[in-house]
Amino acid sequence: MLPHYFNHLFVTGTDIYIADVLIILTSLGIVGVLTYFKKWKWLWREWLTTVDHKKIGIMYIIAATAMFFRGGMDGLMMRTQLAVPNNHFLGAEHYDQVFTTHGTIMILFMAMPYLIGLINVAMPLQIGARDVAFPYLNAISFWTFFFGAMLFNLSFVIGGSPDAGWTSYAPLAGPTFDPGPGENYYLFGLNLAGIGTLASGINFLVTIIKMRAPGMKLMDMPMFTWSTLITSILIIFAFPVLTVALSLLTFDRLFGSHIFSMTHGGMPMMWVNLFWIWGHPEVYIVILPAFGILSEVISTFSGKKLFGYSAMVGSMVAIAFLSFTVWVHHFFTMGAGPAVNSFFGVSTMLIAIPTGVKVFNWIFTMYRGKIRFTTAMLWALAFIPTFVVGGMTGVMLAVAPADYQYHNSYFLIAHFHYTLIGGTVFGVFAGLYYWWPKMFGFKLNERLGRWNFWTFIISFNVTFLPMFLLGLMGMTRRMYTYPPGLGWSHLNMIETVGAFGQAIGMMFLAVNIVWSIKYGERDVTGDAWDGRALEWSTTSPAPEYNFAHVPVVYGRDAFWDMKYGKNREKYQVKAKPYRPIHMPNNSGRPFLMSLAFFISFWGFVFKWYLVGGLGLAAVFVFMYLRSFEYDTDHYISVEEIEHTEAAAGRL
Amino acid sequence: MTTHSDVNPSHGATLPSDPKAHHETFPWKHILGFVLSLVLTFAALGLVLSAALPLTAVIVSIVVLAVLQLLVQLLLFMHLTERHGPATHVLTLVFGFFVAFTIVAGSAWIMFTFHATVA
Amino acid sequence: MAYQLDAHHAPVDSSVPLEYATEDGSLKILGFWIFLAADVVLFSCLFATYIVLQHNTYGGPTAQQLFDVPGFVTETLLLLTSSFTCGLAIFEMHRNRLQPMIGWWIVTILLGMGFVGMEISEFAKYVGEGANITRSAFLSAFFILVGTHGTHVTIGIFWMLGLLVQLLRYGITAITARKAFVASLYWHFLDAVWIFIFTVVYLTGKVS
Ligand code: HEM
Ligand SMILES: [Cu+2]
Repeated sequence: MLPHYFNHLFVTGTDIYIADVLIILTSLGIVGVLTYFKKWKWLWREWLTTVDHKKIGIMYIIAATAMFFRGGMDGLMMRTQLAVPNNHFLGAEHYDQVFTTHGTIMILFMAMPYLIGLINVAMPLQIGARDVAFPYLNAISFWTFFFGAMLFNLSFVIGGSPDAGWTSYAPLAGPTFDPGPGENYYLFGLNLAGIGTLASGINFLVTIIKMRAPGMKLMDMPMFTWSTLITSILIIFAFPVLTVALSLLTFDRLFGSHIFSMTHGGMPMMWVNLFWIWGHPEVYIVILPAFGILSEVISTFSGKKLFGYSAMVGSMVAIAFLSFTVWVHHFFTMGAGPAVNSFFGVSTMLIAIPTGVKVFNWIFTMYRGKIRFTTAMLWALAFIPTFVVGGMTGVMLAVAPADYQYHNSYFLIAHFHYTLIGGTVFGVFAGLYYWWPKMFGFKLNERLGRWNFWTFIISFNVTFLPMFLLGLMGMTRRMYTYPPGLGWSHLNMIETVGAFGQAIGMMFLAVNIVWSIKYGERDVTGDAWDGRALEWSTTSPAPEYNFAHVPVVYGRDAFWDMKYGKNREKYQVKAKPYRPIHMPNNSGRPFLMSLAFFISFWGFVFKWYLVGGLGLAAVFVFMYLRSFEYDTDHYISVEEIEHTEAAAGRL
Repeated sequence: MTTHSDVNPSHGATLPSDPKAHHETFPWKHILGFVLSLVLTFAALGLVLSAALPLTAVIVSIVVLAVLQLLVQLLLFMHLTERHGPATHVLTLVFGFFVAFTIVAGSAWIMFTFHATVA
Repeated sequence: MAYQLDAHHAPVDSSVPLEYATEDGSLKILGFWIFLAADVVLFSCLFATYIVLQHNTYGGPTAQQLFDVPGFVTETLLLLTSSFTCGLAIFEMHRNRLQPMIGWWIVTILLGMGFVGMEISEFAKYVGEGANITRSAFLSAFFILVGTHGTHVTIGIFWMLGLLVQLLRYGITAITARKAFVASLYWHFLDAVWIFIFTVVYLTGKVS
């Protein structure tokens, strides 16, 4: 096997060469800048070894942004290829790789880390905690995700990209039809990142259950924290399924087992079954935190408390249950018969009910509010109708007999882009504009923000609305080209124009960030938006220990209550003296351990079992070292706290 | 990392369920658990080897016996009911069992009907 | 609640069992319970796969032909007993008696090793008969399900060995007590999983 892989180790092709050059130049650039400004030590001490949830959150967001860029390039390449009929900008094989990496990266390495990043940034602050429950594990989560993503991306230049779709259906993705290392990259990259995601889920759940500020009952928590709680539960129970599915396919590919084979009694449809047992909860994992962001943003900028708080919580709990009982709607066409399809069709439609409840609650929250149309609020407002289109078309897809028509057509593609972009991505943008001052201490520019918003939302609809029509006209997903004369050409051209429009919209965001770093309005109060939850009660950015005194809470919307509410007096307690604060130590081990995982899994991708085994052994050594480490935390002294607080003008 | 707060978390009041339990001098609970697990194991084995019942009945009974053993482990060995704060771990475990059941029963139903329909 | 400072500065609450005495301890125990719940789901997927594929023997050996009753019953007894002795170790830990605790701890590790040894020889025997992982979907699912459990047990053994060293070095403290308690949860859990393997794989294999 080895020589065969060696021949194909470095991928050839003009665009790949260009990419190679770009990657090398960028890497050299980064190394150069770091060396020139003598920042290596800083990078290691302040970032690579950090266990601070706020910094980890920022690293997630940076990585997600890079992945958004990569996935976006894939998207533009696909749209360029499909702009006109009979195009040969990309060949069939290459097109397959591009849609595979696009989908995988966007869901697992863009949407997930953006949301996990925002959760890391905001959730512990919202509940008045000093960190997450397991800060060290949090760093492991980040680095395994990061190296998983890097492993997946490495396929582009070394060995070749996976090409069986983000759903990687067997038997196409099995060893017989897809022998190259590309699919191995998919399997190992996702498995590595999945470890980190599962750990994040456990970490967030324990944090929320155990570390809320005194007095904060579950039903007092901000809605974003609630959405994190439910999302964590979904992660905890869905991700093991992905782990198993990926591992089984790995066994088929590496060790010749026959779980998903066509021969020897294997069942390819079992892959589809397992994939979607994870896959459907996964789509809710990437939408629920966005729902949470929306709830925060809408109630803040309407100056009102959230309408129907308990209904919001109840509907999320219902979604958590139901999302584990609907997975067959992704493969109605497998033909499991009327009983199975009806059951899962009905359960799917049920899930639209709690989803609808939330939409009404947002609308009623705004009703008679004094709405401030900030950029964050614009994204939230755009979310509602866009997501409703996505949800309603989802219900159409849930009608099993009709799905035989829609399935795997551009109608489906339009559906999930309306939910994933119109829902998740708009939500993430709302969250970025909203929490930006909390992360960095300055606001993004509102004017550029509006340019960013309007170009993106218009282009988004130009791109994806025609896809509903194309789907009904019979255009199927994943086709790399089409002949003229089918009536598809104009719509395809329009979509491509829209796609480039979205890219321009994103450029405004990039410009906005650069501009605001220099000129953006500084947030000196810590309360950039006249906010309602506890994250706005500390400085921007928050100090390492988050709160000099852990706040005591008397009800919902604690910070609003503190400022204007009926419990105002209770919050005005006399300033107590500071006490030393107990914090976890930084550690380089999460980074190194994940690097060892990366090397090991890269070895397995090429079936170099020696590299794979040694890497895994290193991982276990790092775990042992951790187990034997007893000096894991330190105290921040009172003087240091006084110093920090004085510098922030809080004494 | 221990406490990241300088106040003790007053929510989820810490309730040691039964401090006395830890001062027992003879491990009654464990011996009971061990005996029960042996009895349940051999009962299942006996059902299978004796072939006295029809196939479905055997399978249903041995699965029931396995579930009972699970309860023995959870209750007598794993201190499941010991609470130091809210019973979050019990709820999580129950949800885990719900998902596990859905996966096993659902997959079997789906794949066997599919097989019957197609083959 | 009585709070005091221990050597590692963490407040210790003396009204609860030692493993819960620091806030960190109770966080980690809860975290581990949640991990176990996730592991339940992981195994359920492997069981689902096994159940779906168990009759797809593709002309190869069937479960009925392969499994050997005295063999898997002995494996079961080893693991059951080790779960019991592990419980005894924690029982002694709660009584703050280091020597007996370590004794039972070592017995548990030895029983676990016996189990893994038997499983390895069982697998080797099957492979020797040509019943390897590539023979049929049934065997693929069998080796992966049972092997995953065996891997868990092996990891557990290394984990308990590491803790043994720490127990010898530091005695029973809030930290070692928490670590031992968590490892014991893992161990009992693996016993419970094995009961289902015993039932669904071995016993069912013998009747159908
Ligand atoms: C009202 C709620 C929803 C309903 C009823 C619904 C229904 C469906 C159905 C029936 C399908 C399968 C169609 C087919 O393959 O023929 C589907 C696919 C999909 N949905 Fe939804 N959906 C809903 C919400 C969402 C949300 C919130 C997201 C993500 C944020 C989402 C993302 C997806 C994705 C990614 C796919 C397709 C995956 C693929 O085949 O590559 N959906 N949806
Ligand atoms: Cu779905």
